[in-house]
Amino acid sequence: MQRFASIFGVFCAVTILGATAQAKDSFDFKSESFDLPAGERTFTGPGADPVNNNCLTCHSAGMVTVQPHLSKATWEGIVKKMINVYKAPVPEADVTPIVDYLSKGPSASK
Amino acid sequence: MSAPAWAGGVDLPLYGGGGERETTTAFPQKGKMILQRTRPPLLETPWETFDKGVFTPNDQFYVRWHWAGIPESVDVDTFRLKVHGNVERELSLSLSELVRKLPRVELAAVNQCSGNSRGLFNPRAPGAEWGNGAMGNAQWTGFRLKDLLDLAGVKAGSIQARFAGLETPVIDGGPHFKKSLAIDHARDGDVMVAYAMNGEPLPFLNGFPLRLIVPGWYATYWMKMLSDIEVLDTPDENFWTKKAYLIPDTPGANIKPGEKDVKMVPINRMVPRSFFTNVAAVANVKASAPNALRGIAFGGDCGVARVETSVDGGHSWHTAELGSDEGKYGFRRWNANIAPIDAGTRLSVMVRCVNANGEVQPDKPNWNPSGFMRNVIETVDLVAA
Ligand code: HEC
Repeated sequence: MQRFASIFGVFCAVTILGATAQAKDSFDFKSESFDLPAGERTFTGPGADPVNNNCLTCHSAGMVTVQPHLSKATWEGIVKKMINVYKAPVPEADVTPIVDYLSKGPSASK
Repeated sequence: MSAPAWAGGVDLPLYGGGGERETTTAFPQKGKMILQRTRPPLLETPWETFDKGVFTPNDQFYVRWHWAGIPESVDVDTFRLKVHGNVERELSLSLSELVRKLPRVELAAVNQCSGNSRGLFNPRAPGAEWGNGAMGNAQWTGFRLKDLLDLAGVKAGSIQARFAGLETPVIDGGPHFKKSLAIDHARDGDVMVAYAMNGEPLPFLNGFPLRLIVPGWYATYWMKMLSDIEVLDTPDENFWTKKAYLIPDTPGANIKPGEKDVKMVPINRMVPRSFFTNVAAVANVKASAPNALRGIAFGGDCGVARVETSVDGGHSWHTAELGSDEGKYGFRRWNANIAPIDAGTRLSVMVRCVNANGEVQPDKPNWNPSGFMRNVIETVDLVAA
C-alpha cells in the first residue's frame, strides 16, 4: 500500500504503516530473486531416448505431452521447426526415431 | 530448486478431451495456477478466479514465456530501459528516472494470449493447449510510451518501434523474442509502459519491473521485463515479428482446415468475447427457480456496448445488465436472470458481446492453423433436477 499511497489515499499509508504518503514521482521497486521449478520429467516408453536427448533443453516435457493427437506429418513439421527456426541441435539420424516416437503418442514420467 | 507442490488438478473442456492438468503453487508470487508447462512457465488462471471480480489478482494472473532464459533476479538500481535506433537522443534510463521524468498514467486493460482457448479448436492446433484462462484484466500504472519516445525524439522516416525484454534464448543462435509495433501505434498515447499492476509492482513472471501495455491488442506485443526499445527505419525482419504470430487476413482470422495460399498478416487487435463465470458448461440447477447467471465480457479493441443472452438458440436476444465501467479496455461484469425451467428439462443459454464498434461475436467458431483469436459465442446447458 505504501508505494501507492498517492493514488489509493494517504489514509492507508498513515494508519497502516505510519508513513507519510509518497510523492507521485517515486515508486518503491524492490530487487528480488526467484527460483523457478526446473521441470524434470522425462519421456518414457519405447523409443524415448532420442527424445530425452534432444527435446528437453529449451522446454520441459509438458510442452510435448499436452499436445493433442497429431499426424506424423505434423510432428515432422514441428521437429523441423525446432531445428530450423529455434536452432535445436538434433543429429540427422535422430529425426526419424523422434518423429516415430511422437506420432505414437508421447508419455512422460510423473 | 524445490519440488513442485501439486495441489490436485483440473480437467479443461478441450476439444476431444486431453484437458487434464495439474494445479500448482510452486511458482514465485503465484497462488494456485493450472500447470500447462513448467519450463519456461505457461500457467493458466483457474476459471473460478474470473467470477470474483473484473480485476484478475496478480497472484492468479496467467503466465506465458517463450524462452527459458528468464533472469532469476532483477537489480532495480542497475536496471536500465534503453531507447535507441532512429532517434535524436539515445536514452538509458533507470527506474527512478523513468518514474520521475514521465507523467504517471493509469489504465484498465485485458491482456489475452493470442492462443487463449486454443485447446477448444476443432481440429486441434499444436501450441500451448490453453482452456479459456490465458487472459486477465489489471489496472496498469506507468507512463505513456509516447512520452518516452518524445524524450528520445523519433526521427523522420521511422516506421516501427521494436521491443525486447530480459528473456533470452537458451541456445546459441535461437531467435531473441522481440516484437514490433508501427511507429504511429507506438505513439498513439494509449500504448504505455507499466511498472505497477493492480497497485503493486508487477509479479516477476508477469514482467517485473516494466511491461509494455498495448490496450486492445493481443498479449504477444506486451513485452515483459521490457529493457530495450529500438526505433526502426526499415521493416522488422526478426522471426517473432515476421514469421510467428501470423493470422489469415480474412474476417475473424477464419479459414478452412487445409486451405492453402492464404495471405497471412501479424495478429493485431482483439475481438469481443463474453463468458459465463458462475456456471459450468453443464450446470445442475434447481427446478422452477430463477437462474441468476453472470459473467464477464470485453469489447476487444474498444468498449462493451452490450451483452446479450439467448435461450432459443440465438433467434432472440435479451440485453443483460452491465456492471460498472472500469475502462473501455477492461473486463465488464454482466448479470442476467433466466426464467425457471421444469424438473427433468434442459436449457441451452448463449451469451454474446456486442462491442462499441458494433462488432458481434460469431455463432460459429473460427479456425486457423495456429489456434489464434477464438471468440465464438459461449453456451451453457442448465439441467434442472
Ligand atoms: C533450441 C530450443 C528448442 C529445442 C531443443 C526444442 N524446442 Fe520445441 N520449442 C522451442 C520454442 C522456442 C518453442 C516455442 C515456445 C513457446 O511458444 O512458448 C517450442 C515449441 C514447441 C512445441 C509447441 C508447438 C509449436 O510449434 O510452438 C512443441 C510440440 C515442441 N516445441 C516440441 C519439441 C520437440 C519434439 C523437440 C525435440 C525434437 C523440441 N521441441 C526441441 C524451442 C526448442
